[in-house]
Amino acid sequence: MLYQPFVTNYYDFKVVRDQDRCIKCQGCVTQCSYDANFWDNDRQMIDSIHSKCIGCHRCEAYCPTDAISIQRNPSQFRENGYWSKEDIKNIYLNAETGAIVVTGMGNDLQSQPVYFDRILFDACQVTNPSIDPLREPMELTTYIGNRGRKLSDTKAKKTGLIRLDVPVMFGPMSYGSINLSVQKALAASAREHGTLWSTGEGGLHSDLYEYGPNTIVQVASGRFGVHEEYLKAGAMIEIKIGQGAKPGIGGHLPGEKVVDDVSRTRMIPVGSDAISPAPHHDIYSIEDLRQLIYALKEAIRYEKPVGVKVSAVHNIAAIASGIARAGADIIVVDGYRGGTGATPLIVRDHTGIPIELAIAVVDERLRQEGIRENVGLVAAGGIRSAADTLKAIGLGADAVYISTAALIAVGCTLCQQCHTGRCAWGITTNDSYLSKRQNPEIAAELISNLLGAWEIEMKEVLGSMGINAIESLRGNRERLRAVGMTESEMQVLGLKQAGLGM
Amino acid sequence: MKRVYPVEEYCVACHLCEVACIVEHSKSKNLFYAFSEKPKVNSKIEVEMEGPISFSASCRICEHAECVEACPVAAMWRDDETGLVKVEDDRCIGCWMCIMACPQGSITPRQDHDEGLRIADKCDLCPGRENGPACVEACPNNALVYEDRDKFAKDRRTLKGSMHIFIESDDTAIQE
Repeated sequence: MLYQPFVTNYYDFKVVRDQDRCIKCQGCVTQCSYDANFWDNDRQMIDSIHSKCIGCHRCEAYCPTDAISIQRNPSQFRENGYWSKEDIKNIYLNAETGAIVVTGMGNDLQSQPVYFDRILFDACQVTNPSIDPLREPMELTTYIGNRGRKLSDTKAKKTGLIRLDVPVMFGPMSYGSINLSVQKALAASAREHGTLWSTGEGGLHSDLYEYGPNTIVQVASGRFGVHEEYLKAGAMIEIKIGQGAKPGIGGHLPGEKVVDDVSRTRMIPVGSDAISPAPHHDIYSIEDLRQLIYALKEAIRYEKPVGVKVSAVHNIAAIASGIARAGADIIVVDGYRGGTGATPLIVRDHTGIPIELAIAVVDERLRQEGIRENVGLVAAGGIRSAADTLKAIGLGADAVYISTAALIAVGCTLCQQCHTGRCAWGITTNDSYLSKRQNPEIAAELISNLLGAWEIEMKEVLGSMGINAIESLRGNRERLRAVGMTESEMQVLGLKQAGLGM
Repeated sequence: MKRVYPVEEYCVACHLCEVACIVEHSKSKNLFYAFSEKPKVNSKIEVEMEGPISFSASCRICEHAECVEACPVAAMWRDDETGLVKVEDDRCIGCWMCIMACPQGSITPRQDHDEGLRIADKCDLCPGRENGPACVEACPNNALVYEDRDKFAKDRRTLKGSMHIFIESDDTAIQE
């Protein structure tokens, strides 16, 4: 409290250290990037400043003697069923600084529904045979792009479909928001599993051009790092209109983070703020979007598909229909649980709609209009597991993006401090000391293992449903059922109540 | 010969190599007892930190070992079979000449007044350990590697060694 605002004492976590087990190796002191642990030379022991702990568990993970446990501060505000702890703390923060509350990662509100958890798979019993994926072939390969091309359309004919050996791609995370080591790991895993990773809006680092055939190159509102070789390097171009965690909000990479390498990749001067405007200043209608899509297609001689990524918003079905008619080959819909490097808390938690609903209505609308086969549909934002992947595909997606899941695989504990640039796990930081914590080789192995495990899990579930190819599950809502949903929720999702048969 | 090499770009300064070293060289081989053992067990590997730079340094096993030359009682000696530089505990008189001579500070004094212990201590590459040196196995970020790089060093031999000018023959040539 001394010399500090009173709210400093209302901290969330306590670094509880068993001094009997502590061998004073000081590993926790070096690992904490928030200076919560320190060596007290006078007392010859390690102590902690609890108010600085943000609960990332890095010290706990690295303690050789298991002496540290990060615990919730037992001292809590007086219980109030209406004013939550977060509400109160955010007001304190607003009042103290006069600024907006900024945070990282995705919407974490428990009070908002997770439809994935209320959807159940079907399985085969007696009347139809299930398949054992260990003994019989099981196909996870899928293709995204325009499948409905007419033979007469010579330009569209050149644009091939993208083959994905597994219907899981890595979502866009820019160089700057995550560091090069993590991008390298994502790229290497994508290549190993025959899928794609995305550059995000920060350009493609020269070291990563070798992964070009497995790369989605993004063109965002800031146009950072966009040039001819960049567009030609990737397997697909993606125009980023919005991001699930912050629909309608632009980006801002502070000038301090624009160091030498980032500046070269983004093609902006060292130390200058990298501001992505909220809208594309040349896109104010579907017709404008069509112009950009075809400008990009011309630039790459129609050889690769062009996708458009939008966040899931209330009018998403009509927007997706417009995007499909504007000539996009792939539509990516990003749900409100999707993560970000930095976003105002109010936007993250209260803007956008769940990806489950968005995918269902987009798929339904495109089918009704007879243009579903003209676009690939990708679900992004909050895919946590192989089950979520299959449910998204069952609701109509061709494939999914995962980002948070990939970061968790390399150590992320969802402490939501991405915006501080002090990530103790060395993921969302370009600090030369902290970014060493990700060894691209180890990280690539972890992410590859994750994808490999999901592949097996998906095959198991497909087998139990008696389906031997992922493409047979796409939009196959008859194999899904809903529990604990209202009539209108089921109607939007196009699902039947669990218990109802065919 | 195989040596322990630090990989500076991946060292996160977690000190787990030091912990592993102490446990491996303790009598009890127990994580908790090792740190309170008498006489105190030293870590033979040390994490060096300065700003963003951190790496874990242990004995380089120099081609031309200054410590061997400096030792007045031949307690520091080179095993010709393995190439390893070792300390003979019984012979060491604790004059610290090897510590003075070591160009990179890899030798640590191990002393205990109560037990009358005063000897030089250095990396022994964990002899007889199944999985190689303990520090390498303990490193969570592959920032320590145990490998033979002599084949790469051949072309740039003259750059190696210490303050002495390297002479392409064994130690006796320098003395002559």
